[in-house]
Amino acid sequence: MKAYFGRRYMLSASHRLHTSALSAEANRTAYGKCNNGNGHGHNYFLEVLVRGNVDRETGMVVDLVELDQTVRSEVLNRFDHANLNLDPMFSDRVPTTENFCRSIFELLQQVLPAGELEHVRVEETENNFFECSSRG
Amino acid sequence: MGTGMIYLTRRATFSASHYYWNESWPAEKNERVFGPCANRNGHGHNYTLEVTVAGEPDPVTGFVVDLKWLKGAMEREVLAAYDHKHFNLDVPEFKDAIPTTENIAIAVWKRLEPVVNAAGTARLSRIRVYETPEIFAEFRGEA
Repeated sequence: MKAYFGRRYMLSASHRLHTSALSAEANRTAYGKCNNGNGHGHNYFLEVLVRGNVDRETGMVVDLVELDQTVRSEVLNRFDHANLNLDPMFSDRVPTTENFCRSIFELLQQVLPAGELEHVRVEETENNFFECSSRG
Repeated sequence: MGTGMIYLTRRATFSASHYYWNESWPAEKNERVFGPCANRNGHGHNYTLEVTVAGEPDPVTGFVVDLKWLKGAMEREVLAAYDHKHFNLDVPEFKDAIPTTENIAIAVWKRLEPVVNAAGTARLSRIRVYETPEIFAEFRGEA
């Protein structure tokens, strides 16, 4: 039977919302206080949902330890306590949480078995979150 | 109104103990695969259960289902059997199945689906079971 397994992680990172495509004035208008020149930070909560058949012998969809290792090596080691703007993934992509969520989805989709990743959810604060789903 | 499907979720918590063990495996393999969860003396969690039903709001009441009814169904069908119990020893569906979070989500679905269907106003859409705030499993009725 098909089921889903979800795991939540926390990572802390800084970012500044700014695009060279807009003037300084337009950046301030578009991004408000998130455009602050020296950046700011968040404790992001990351939710990774994977799908698969429940193994008859173990009763499990995935090995939790393996999933943790994958997320740690691909995502947490890269972004935790980092400045998102300095990561190559954001050299030409504004590190909004929409784009951060999509970047994490892409990184995990490259290494997880085909069809396993259901969605990635990133909570920037308690009051806003973003999802990137394999269902489009 | 007929403007589309609404998904309604009710949350409940329960506390239970369990251990992971496959009787057809030697002890060494159980301990290797399941780690600390294989301790035969068991351990426990505060689980959070989320039950999501889908339906169209009733034109008169505006309800998809009566939340009080859903709460009662969850207490009667699930919490009465699981809360302050040992999954492996007290709950019939885990006599022969390992009480992983995935299997608990499937078991809750099997307990609630006939009741929700019999009520006739909504269909069961999703069961989500949190074993800890960081670990959860979902079942959506897919084969």
